[in-house]
Amino acid sequence: MRRFQLWAGTALVGLVVLAALLSLVWTPYDPVQVVPADRLLGPSLAHPLGTDGFGIDILSRLLVGARSALLVGVVSVGLAAVVGVPLGVLAGMRGGWVSELVMRISDIVFAFPALLLAILLAAVYGGSTATAMVAIGISTIPAFARTSRAGTLEVMAEDYVLAARASGTSAPTTAIRHVLPNIVQFIGVQASVGFATAVLAEAALSYLGLGTPRAVPTWGGMLRDSQDTLFTAPLQALWPGLAIACAVLGFNLLGDGLRDALDPRLREAK
Amino acid sequence: MARVCKRIAVFAISWLGASVLVFFTINALPGNVAEAILGTDATPERVAELSAELGLDRPIWVRYLEWLGGVLHGDLGTTPLGHYQVSELLFPKLGVSLWLVGLGMLLALVIALPAGMFAALRRRRASGVAVSALAEVGMAIPVFWGGIMLVLVFAVWLRWLPANGYVPITTNPASWASHLVLPVLTLGLVQAAVLIRYVRSAFIEVLHEDYFRTARSIGWTQFRALIRHGLRNAAVSLSTVAGLQFASAIVGAIVVEQVFTLPGVGSLLLSAVSTRDLVVVQGVVMFLVAAVLVINALVDISYVLFDPRQRSRA
Repeated sequence: MRRFQLWAGTALVGLVVLAALLSLVWTPYDPVQVVPADRLLGPSLAHPLGTDGFGIDILSRLLVGARSALLVGVVSVGLAAVVGVPLGVLAGMRGGWVSELVMRISDIVFAFPALLLAILLAAVYGGSTATAMVAIGISTIPAFARTSRAGTLEVMAEDYVLAARASGTSAPTTAIRHVLPNIVQFIGVQASVGFATAVLAEAALSYLGLGTPRAVPTWGGMLRDSQDTLFTAPLQALWPGLAIACAVLGFNLLGDGLRDALDPRLREAK
Repeated sequence: MARVCKRIAVFAISWLGASVLVFFTINALPGNVAEAILGTDATPERVAELSAELGLDRPIWVRYLEWLGGVLHGDLGTTPLGHYQVSELLFPKLGVSLWLVGLGMLLALVIALPAGMFAALRRRRASGVAVSALAEVGMAIPVFWGGIMLVLVFAVWLRWLPANGYVPITTNPASWASHLVLPVLTLGLVQAAVLIRYVRSAFIEVLHEDYFRTARSIGWTQFRALIRHGLRNAAVSLSTVAGLQFASAIVGAIVVEQVFTLPGVGSLLLSAVSTRDLVVVQGVVMFLVAAVLVINALVDISYVLFDPRQRSRA
């Protein structure tokens, strides 16, 4: 069962990554060129998933959409890790008021919903891929800070850290040589789960028209367009949603699978 | 008691932090509000003139304190054009959103509690694993797609329910209900999927406890032991999660309102974003964040009710 989660997660994530890579070199049709004659075609050999209200091939848009989803995921999760991990390690190693301050601030950020932050940024700067990335990234920082702090606290209790400190290794060197390599698995699990959240959030923002502009194919944007023609072309609303669900399920399963594979103690509890 | 006081202090600090974040994001660039009103092609002189008119040329912290004082008195601000009170815009929209979030959360609990208990008891059998798997899939479904799929089935194919729109309960209760079924179902099902997972692990924890084994050994059925001992013990860890879910339901409702074009707080907020009505955005976001923080605080304080140990521990 545990291995199944890991493999199913890897397969689903692999599928999305492949789609994104493929879209860089090839799509069946132009994913943005409007073709009025081909409006709302049903599934056929020429268009396996049909065409949308602008006559654009849905499969082509779906493939390019994978790229947008992964791009927002990579940048926002990367941003969150780059800020959150050092803060968490610092809090875990220093303890005292530093730890208290970092944790309290991350509690405040954590309580502030990502969607509201994205709405604020979109209201001031206009909705774009960048504001979506920043909003999702900032909201994910607390998760990385907490995970890294908890991992650091565990590592700091180990004898090899004591030995390193006793032999005069400085705090930054200890952090890089001993702490980081030993918490990297926790960060990996967090990144996978964070990716799932980011893909969901990106889809919601582009659906609401607060993220990536409509001209660029995104799964959320495709669903928004599909709603206009729901009564005449209902199948259109199926594919982008399935794509989002595949990606999110994949990253969630991958995160769970990794966590269990790395921590045998959890196996019984589940 | 000390615990309650500490929690209230944490709430106050979080609320202040949120207010700083909201105000300074909206007012970060000088002349922002004035620019938003006049549009991008306005001359700098005109922007400066309007800024002075609206009092925007004063130091930002003075304006922050003024705004904060107003918010504390329930005054969320006044739009510079038309001079609408944000709270007056907000108030009529509140009903729809309260129904949606309240009923949606109720539905989520009604589904997730039995389903999660079932998944915990049968965790080694196919039926229990199936419930967990279903919840895992449900967690991956974006709330707006879930809504669109429900519209597809119940409005487009079966034609049982309206696809969108809203009728106040005072106008026509039957029509009100039929317009709310799909939005509430959407929000409730998505929230339930997340909750099931937590209910399951909370009850699995209870199944491993000594008091549970004792209850079983004196001849209680598994079900009776779970209801008598399990519910109260699981409630402690579940209340945190339910609180977080409540908060996420408030945000989820913004999206659901958009799917079903319900005239709630979320649609007020989104239309203010599209017209760049920054004062309204600022007021409504602050209101929603406050609601989220209040719920989180209430949940933490409710520990004391569920768990008598917390009273003496403080």
